[in-house]
Amino acid sequence: MLEPIGGRRAPFLLLSTIALAALAIWPADSAAQERSSVKIGYAVSKTGVNAGGAGITTIPNYQLWIDNVKKAGGLEMPDGSRLPIELIEYDDRSSAEEVVRAVERLAAQDEVDFILPPWGTGFNLAVAPLFDRYGYPQLAVSAVTDKAPDFVERWPRSFWFLGGGADYTDALANLLVNAREAGTIGDKVAMVSVADGFGIDLVTAARESFAEADIEVVYDKTYPVGTTDFSPMVNEASGTEADSFVAFSYPPDTFALTQQAQVSGYNPKVFYLGVGVGFPAYGEENPAAEGVMSLGGIDPTNEANRDYRRRHHELTGQGPDYWGSVITYASLEMLQEAIKRVGLDREAVSRELSTGTFQTVLGETKLENNQLRNLWWAGQWQNGVFVGIAPPDRPGAATPRLPKTPWKN
Amino acid sequence: MNGRLALVFAVALVALAALAFAPFYLGRYQIGLLIGLTGYVTLASAWALFSGPTRYVSLATVAFFGIGAYTVAALNEVLPYPLVLAAAAAIGLAVALVVGLSTLRLAGVYFVIFTFGLAELVRQLVTWYEVNVTGTLGRYIFMSFGPEQIYWQLLALMTITLLISWWIGRNRLGLALKVIGDDEVVATHCGIDIARTKLALFALSAVIITLVGAIQAPRWTYVEPGIVFNPTLSFLTLIMALLGGANRLWGPALGAVPLFLLFEWLSARFPDHYSIILGLLFILIVFVLPGGVAAFAERTFGQRKPDPQTYGAESALSRDTADARR
Repeated sequence: MLEPIGGRRAPFLLLSTIALAALAIWPADSAAQERSSVKIGYAVSKTGVNAGGAGITTIPNYQLWIDNVKKAGGLEMPDGSRLPIELIEYDDRSSAEEVVRAVERLAAQDEVDFILPPWGTGFNLAVAPLFDRYGYPQLAVSAVTDKAPDFVERWPRSFWFLGGGADYTDALANLLVNAREAGTIGDKVAMVSVADGFGIDLVTAARESFAEADIEVVYDKTYPVGTTDFSPMVNEASGTEADSFVAFSYPPDTFALTQQAQVSGYNPKVFYLGVGVGFPAYGEENPAAEGVMSLGGIDPTNEANRDYRRRHHELTGQGPDYWGSVITYASLEMLQEAIKRVGLDREAVSRELSTGTFQTVLGETKLENNQLRNLWWAGQWQNGVFVGIAPPDRPGAATPRLPKTPWKN
Repeated sequence: MNGRLALVFAVALVALAALAFAPFYLGRYQIGLLIGLTGYVTLASAWALFSGPTRYVSLATVAFFGIGAYTVAALNEVLPYPLVLAAAAAIGLAVALVVGLSTLRLAGVYFVIFTFGLAELVRQLVTWYEVNVTGTLGRYIFMSFGPEQIYWQLLALMTITLLISWWIGRNRLGLALKVIGDDEVVATHCGIDIARTKLALFALSAVIITLVGAIQAPRWTYVEPGIVFNPTLSFLTLIMALLGGANRLWGPALGAVPLFLLFEWLSARFPDHYSIILGLLFILIVFVLPGGVAAFAERTFGQRKPDPQTYGAESALSRDTADARR
């Protein structure tokens, strides 16, 4: 005898009641009121695996900017009046599903005026169709992608600020070629990379850049995310004849690789690592970092940037990193200035961001085809500052110091 | 009895029609919510399809979900969409058969650990393949359809899942599964082919989960292993099914709907304290509703006659712990 059906009806009725009630109770869209503030919202990874990156490059700069606007009395409108920012922030908990829903909530439910982007290449791409559908400009800073030109075509209100993998590896290849022509190093490179988005994109680009520049890759290993023991890799690399060591690594690996190289007394003439070298903790108080190279960098003679670094330190208690932080902040300054010029109309703001010229902490800033191209593709720790060294013809570029000074133990 | 059955079907049909027309009178945000809701109801129901009666607690949900999403990412530019879905289902089925054949002999906690490991294994395999063969980790999904279409597909899949679940519950197969869940030795003596029955259900459940992943993937545009093989999904599905009651037709839905809405409300109102509040709520739920919402509802509203075939108010989890103590 099978179960009677009657007993199953009760849960079903309960379920339908809950579902209908929930949809009915869910707050309906509120009517537009007279404007007394500018609503700005963002969803960013405050917790989960992405929290480390977001907590350094993205969140402190959002806070600093909002604090700065508050101190100035609000966002300036074209008529000279100022409106305070009303902030709505969500935690996407490092989940793609959550970031999509949170941005949808910001756009359709909270009806914010502007949405600041999440952290990470994948998450920026996940929300790009939403930004586009709801007509928000997307200032994607923490996203490294070679496909930016395609994305701009697909989503005309998207802006890409951090370049693509090939930009960085071409610059690195160029640096190595220059050093080779100066007779400082040979043409062999040992290379390791993390098996995750950033590492794979960069190492794939690097293989091409090196091949074009006739640089021989004598060691090429990929390691899984979360690797902690780098001694085999460092020992194998040091056993090759390569003068240059290149690692497209994540912060924990970057620190561990540096330590392992010091412990093993591995002193390649070029020591280039990935994300993490640009953190203040890596080299500001650490003379051993002298000569280490990576992506990003700053122009230490830029007064506005120095002022920005000081304010960042005062508000958040930590210095900004030397790669994405200042660019995040500059993108917000551009947004602020665009609002001042054309008001809160998102279409007009997008047009202004795309075509206007802005004075930011980076100096004079102008986007080309919705992308920031005036970037530091490589930098090096020199006397406790991570200075930009490539492109070498950019004003403010420092001269690379090679070979790297041996580790000071 | 037949009159009641007809009534339930009529009510369900009206509810389904209302849900199908929902996108026409709801805002976009609510459609997004409905996608999440139907997705989790389907996941939890599909999970309970196998794990409810057999009491094999599976944490492999995200392995199949991710396979579905990845198949769409890999094939969306070379095949028409219906074929992509078919390919996803076929791959999910193949993996489920291989995994099922090799592991369904494992019992209790060993099975739990294996399924948890399976998700990580699949993720690492995909990563290895992308790193060594294609040389890029992320893949793009550019589809021309909007959230409404995703929602309708999920709604259809949910309906099919519930129908299958209802059909199995009234069928010899369902009876066989209950016997297996109660005592495998007895089941063997009754002449039930344990291995084949379990394998069939495991594969069916896995294919549905794979399809949920495949249908939802276009919402993300960009897919990489870290995004689609997020283990949280396995745990959420399990918690939802157990909260509702994994042995009832509507049980998983009864867990998924309120929990999903609760997650949404918490992340909107308390973004910074989400995890703390959630943890406290789970503890509270375990104390107040140890048998799941469905059993609670039946006791409270249904005046259900005690049924000798099921354990009534006990949940799959509490029975599992009872098993462990034996």
